[in-house]
Amino acid sequence: MNEPLLRVEGLRTRFETRGGVLHPVDDVDFDIRRGETFTLLGESGCGKSMTALSIMRLIPAPAGRIVAGRVLLGGEDLLSLPEAAMRRVRGKRVAMIFQEPMTSLNPVLTIGEQIAESVRRHRGLKGAAATRVVLELLDAVGIADPEQRQREYPHQLSGGMKQRVMIAIALAGEPDLLIADEPTTALDVTIQAQVLALLRRLQRERGMAILLITHDLGVVSEMADQVAVMYAGQIVEQSARAPFFAAPGHPYSRKLFESLPEIEKRAQPLAVIPGAVPSLARAFTACRFADRCDFAWQTCREVVPRWIRVSDAQAARCHLLDAEAIQQAPEHAPRPPAHLAQRQRTPAPVAPLLEVDGLKVHFPIRHGLLKRTVGQVYAVDDVSFAIGRGRTFALVGESGCGKTTIGKSILQLIRPTAGSVRFDGEELTTLHGERLRRRRSDFQIIFQDPFSSMNPRMLVGDIVEEGMRALGLEPDPARRRARVEALLDQVGLPRDALRRYPHEFSGGQRQRICIARALAVNPRLLVCDEPTSALDISVQAQILNLLQRLQDEMGLSYLFITHNLSVVAYLADEVAVMYLGRIVEHGTVDEVLGNPRHPYTQALLSAIPVIDPSARREVIRLEGDLPSPARPPSGCHFHIRCPHATPQCRTHYPAVTRLGASHTVRCFLYEADDAAEAGC
Amino acid sequence: MLNYILRRVLYALPILVGVNVITFVLFFVVNTPDDMARMQLGMKHVTPEAVEQWKQERGYDRPVLYNGAAAGMDRFTDTIFFDKSLRLFVFDFGPSDAGRDIGHDIRQRMWASLALAVPIFIIGMLTNITVALLIALFRATYVDVVAVVALVVLMSISGLFYIIAGQYLVGKLLHLVPISGYDDGLNAVKFVILPVLIGVVGGIGSGSRWYRTIFLEEIGKDYVRTARAKGAPEAAVLFRHVLRNALIPILTGAVVVLPLLFLGSLIMESFFGIPGLGSYTIDAINTQDFAVVRSMVFLGSVLYIIGLMLTDISYTLVDPRVRLN
Amino acid sequence: MIKPVILWTDALVYLLIAAVIAFAWYARGREHLRAPWARVLESRIAIVSLVILSAYLAVALLDSLHFRPALEQRGEQAQETYYSVEVLSALDVIARPLKERAEKTYSAPFATRLYAREAMEGPDGVTVWDYPRLRHGGAHLADPDAGRAGDIARRALGAAAAGGALWLLLAALVVAGIARARAEGFTSTLARVAAGRTRIPWRAGLFAAGLLIVLAAAAVRLAGVYHILGTDQVGQDVFYQAVKSIRTALVIGTLTTLVMLPFAVLLGIMAGYLRGWIDDLIQYLYTTLNSIPGVLLIASAILMLQVYIDTHPELFQTDAERADMRLLFLCLILGVTSWTGLCRLLRGEALKLREVEYVQAAVAFGVTRLRIMTRHLLPNVMHIVLITVVLDFSGLVLAEAVLSYVGVGVDPSTESWGNMINGARLEMAREPMVWWSLAAAFAFMFTLVLAANLFSDAVRDAFDPRLRGG
Repeated sequence: MNEPLLRVEGLRTRFETRGGVLHPVDDVDFDIRRGETFTLLGESGCGKSMTALSIMRLIPAPAGRIVAGRVLLGGEDLLSLPEAAMRRVRGKRVAMIFQEPMTSLNPVLTIGEQIAESVRRHRGLKGAAATRVVLELLDAVGIADPEQRQREYPHQLSGGMKQRVMIAIALAGEPDLLIADEPTTALDVTIQAQVLALLRRLQRERGMAILLITHDLGVVSEMADQVAVMYAGQIVEQSARAPFFAAPGHPYSRKLFESLPEIEKRAQPLAVIPGAVPSLARAFTACRFADRCDFAWQTCREVVPRWIRVSDAQAARCHLLDAEAIQQAPEHAPRPPAHLAQRQRTPAPVAPLLEVDGLKVHFPIRHGLLKRTVGQVYAVDDVSFAIGRGRTFALVGESGCGKTTIGKSILQLIRPTAGSVRFDGEELTTLHGERLRRRRSDFQIIFQDPFSSMNPRMLVGDIVEEGMRALGLEPDPARRRARVEALLDQVGLPRDALRRYPHEFSGGQRQRICIARALAVNPRLLVCDEPTSALDISVQAQILNLLQRLQDEMGLSYLFITHNLSVVAYLADEVAVMYLGRIVEHGTVDEVLGNPRHPYTQALLSAIPVIDPSARREVIRLEGDLPSPARPPSGCHFHIRCPHATPQCRTHYPAVTRLGASHTVRCFLYEADDAAEAGC
Repeated sequence: MLNYILRRVLYALPILVGVNVITFVLFFVVNTPDDMARMQLGMKHVTPEAVEQWKQERGYDRPVLYNGAAAGMDRFTDTIFFDKSLRLFVFDFGPSDAGRDIGHDIRQRMWASLALAVPIFIIGMLTNITVALLIALFRATYVDVVAVVALVVLMSISGLFYIIAGQYLVGKLLHLVPISGYDDGLNAVKFVILPVLIGVVGGIGSGSRWYRTIFLEEIGKDYVRTARAKGAPEAAVLFRHVLRNALIPILTGAVVVLPLLFLGSLIMESFFGIPGLGSYTIDAINTQDFAVVRSMVFLGSVLYIIGLMLTDISYTLVDPRVRLN
Repeated sequence: MIKPVILWTDALVYLLIAAVIAFAWYARGREHLRAPWARVLESRIAIVSLVILSAYLAVALLDSLHFRPALEQRGEQAQETYYSVEVLSALDVIARPLKERAEKTYSAPFATRLYAREAMEGPDGVTVWDYPRLRHGGAHLADPDAGRAGDIARRALGAAAAGGALWLLLAALVVAGIARARAEGFTSTLARVAAGRTRIPWRAGLFAAGLLIVLAAAAVRLAGVYHILGTDQVGQDVFYQAVKSIRTALVIGTLTTLVMLPFAVLLGIMAGYLRGWIDDLIQYLYTTLNSIPGVLLIASAILMLQVYIDTHPELFQTDAERADMRLLFLCLILGVTSWTGLCRLLRGEALKLREVEYVQAAVAFGVTRLRIMTRHLLPNVMHIVLITVVLDFSGLVLAEAVLSYVGVGVDPSTESWGNMINGARLEMAREPMVWWSLAAAFAFMFTLVLAANLFSDAVRDAFDPRLRGG
């Protein structure tokens, strides 16, 4: 075998915080060969970014320090290099791109200058020669009109473009290894597909190795040659891609797969990993995963597992694979998985609970001395739908498409510009003051970010009962307290939580508190605005299960706002796909996800990285970015990115075409069919 | 741009009207001109005639807001409010209570003020930026800790101490430069050196500490990590990346005070006998010359508003993310 | 017989103390309020600064208990008691010897003779031109030139020893208190404190307190027989003036922020949360006030106040009340010029917070606007308010000196460091230089400001979420 490009041996990094000393990287070893893609998979806080920064020696000093190990790049130990020599390695032999393209570029330098800085430093070029290379690089990362773009500043570019610029900077030194730390996490799924395709192409053309850090199994499946799974500062499994996806070796890896929401799992609760990731501040004397593992026995809680080779291509750190250790296991049978009771889906509704008709929310752009309105942001533009009692309606779209605005305008947190919102037959848009306040207990909202959705200066008990007090639902303090306790039971939190502060809880627990707070006023409709997108996969499964259970028990209706189509597939009854303020396709989950008709829906679905290689479809690559809702394109908003656009699309917005009992689409491709059917 | 400036001038008008009303109330409503006259003439043994004469000489004998005795427009224009307050809008400051032309005095004295204030401002800012950059270079080391404590000590010393001690040390003990006085033209230099030195040293404590915080905030940002990941040396990171971004708040924060430099420094000028607007104001306060104080208040507000305007414009010049409108 | 006098500033000082105690009581059981203060107390510098600040505060409080002593009754026929027009404070009673033992004019620290020569009649009847002995300073010495150094050393050491004993008692009490709170043995607690292994750095605090007590004891002992910091032009003891000035400085540093705080907080939050015309109005208000250069606004206001006070002498019973009114008004006008910055900050913060999800959630629950502002916004901007208040304190103390120098500060009859500097600067040109008034004022001011700055640094580190690591 040839010598690996990068060999990491026994790497340990410590980090001092107010809470104590952490070891986010704790004895990590791996090899990366030339030209391969090595993915480091793990949930947040497992130390994967710190591993990358340690290789680059970019750990923020003095809080962080590499305390042990070697990082051999082509046989040379990077950790023993003097800082000046290390600078010649950074950007030249190893380059890195980061998760947040928005903040990773210097806002006051043109992108041309920022790329040129690297070109000058690592290729020794100056002046016109450097500019030429900059233009080549911009062209290589797929930025149109590089001559013009290189003179622009970062804020003039979209997120996807910025990430391309970051890649161009990284390529400037012609590195052997590119470290990409969650390069697409902050991007929309269609943009993610573009960037991943770009990385694949560049790797093929230049033969460089990529260390790709991600939390997304789909991305791993699309990109990886080698997979390493990180948990609590250590690599617990490493494998070539195929065996990993065929049979993951470590129980943690297996759980990750099982807790993914998918359409096939609709009828049952998702498997969950109980508990939360252990604190990295504690010293580990046994298996780090033992507390959360279904298979753990005495040995797991006492002895650190060895690194066991399962095959040439796969190895894991688990006693289950250790022939010696398993001998001591008691009559070992894996615990039966959590009850897989079949869910009873609510049949199609009789009368809808919420009807939204012709909803428009426009934000005026004001300007000048008298604050004249010079334009409108068409955040929501003529949207209609209905949600039945006990049903889940999902609203899907990329960021900026107006889905969150719809949620807030249903709750009258934002007043709609036009249209009607009827709840249980009563018009909400004309309700004001006291009458609206009294209605508010019927509909509640759960937000995306569990960290900012609770007042950090209030006790959990006060947070949960705030709604009851404000709406005067339970005037008696003792009974109110009792109800709060009951709610905490219901969402699976200990009762003593009510005398603690939000910051004492993990992200998933906070989301449970938010759910309890919403339930406190006995709502009939819950607007869930991306409630799981800030959470790790295993915690997401817990929350989705909870929402399912509550719906079964209480007959709640959900308006589920998300960009994650697999969550929709798992949870929703109906789905509407939004593009730039309008619903472009609407139907049941089976109709829309099983048989997408609108070109945008098709592209969106194809852009999602899929885990099962056999199910991989041809990716429909959408060019360009989402246009600004302040200046939507004429005609069909999608026509500038649509592979099927016709001249008609440029001038007219298509009407609603009915494709089935509940399946509708707004696209000219189907208008003719509809007309034909109607004619029959 | 022109459009923008016009709009800002329109915005400024109500503010100036507010300032005008505040000063008017302070100077003519809280105390009547009679009170002021008695004050000026010495509290005891003041005859009503003397008061009347004092008022008449200075134009304070008219009604405050509405002159019933006059005819036509004069009913409104022949009043204290019109004469003393509204005229300020066209920079007609009128005579001081001592009888001198305020406008003339201001035009004459502002050069001395500028000769002192501008060097303090420029040299001070450069010094503070340099000190702060040096500290930022040694961040999170022992040097940083010691330097910050030293800066806190420096900023805990009263400004008066800097002046008195500086004057004593450099002027009286070492006899390097004259202690006080002023001359026109190039000769001013030797009179200005000491106060400039003192002004700069006195400002290091708070100035450098503030800039250090700005630098450290910028150093913590993501783009700095990107620059390091490019392999840029520490000096390039600091100067190319951090300094350029940090200069945005530093420069724009400094621009606000730029026009106010005209007003000079009250303490410094009076200590060193420099005949600028600062000592002019101090003298007016000490002799209770209300007309001068009133004029300086209005002038100060106008300059501040110009400063705000310049700040907005300077943002568009140094920060590519900000555009006018 | 005495008649208590509560000056306006006294009342506000009491109010402030009451508010601080009430807050401490309220915060006791609330972890999120207590935690940042606990972090402050973990810093050695903060503890030392706190000890120094407490010493200043104690002096200021003593000096805020005012009364008018009864005049001695003459004859039997007096039915009512008449009270002196002179308002005294508890501090004046303690320091009465210092106040009363005035010399003729300047004398240097620890001097036994006057600074200026004058004609004296010698023992032989010949008129000599020489430095006369002081009436009080070192008057007990038979031979001032020979015995002075030894006398000073003896007295200082004696007092220091007594101070040391006092400190030992204090230290023992503190350690016993800690031991009790932790249910631990006295000796083991003592060992931990001595080794500096406590979470709150008691050792540093006790060290600072010890130093302070010993110094103060020596100063008090020596001040009884010497003018330890000399005398000023009219022979007043400079040490007494410097100590009396403490109250003025603390009043300006704290009351100014206290009077402006309600406006800044209320208007800032209202502007940011309610938006619309309220926002426009409040913004207009603070931009206008801000546009007048601070010194000029203060100068105009104080000038006008002085005219008003002088033309209405009947409003004030005593000189002290008149001086106090000017002090209070100075605080007010300083407050007017300094609230705008905080108001703008709070407006910006409220603008951000109104879009935060927990506020949105509260709206969704139909929580009233008033309750959202008091329950959700206010607690979440309080750290900004606190940081501003402590940061402003030292700036205000320094500003007092400058304003008094310009002549628009406190009343000339009020003791303040600014007035001391103002009075002494004219004597700079004398040979030999009269430096002690200046030095005393600057040293007292510097110590206070430095302690306040260091303390405010610790407070900011503990409260500013941006500076909190991890």
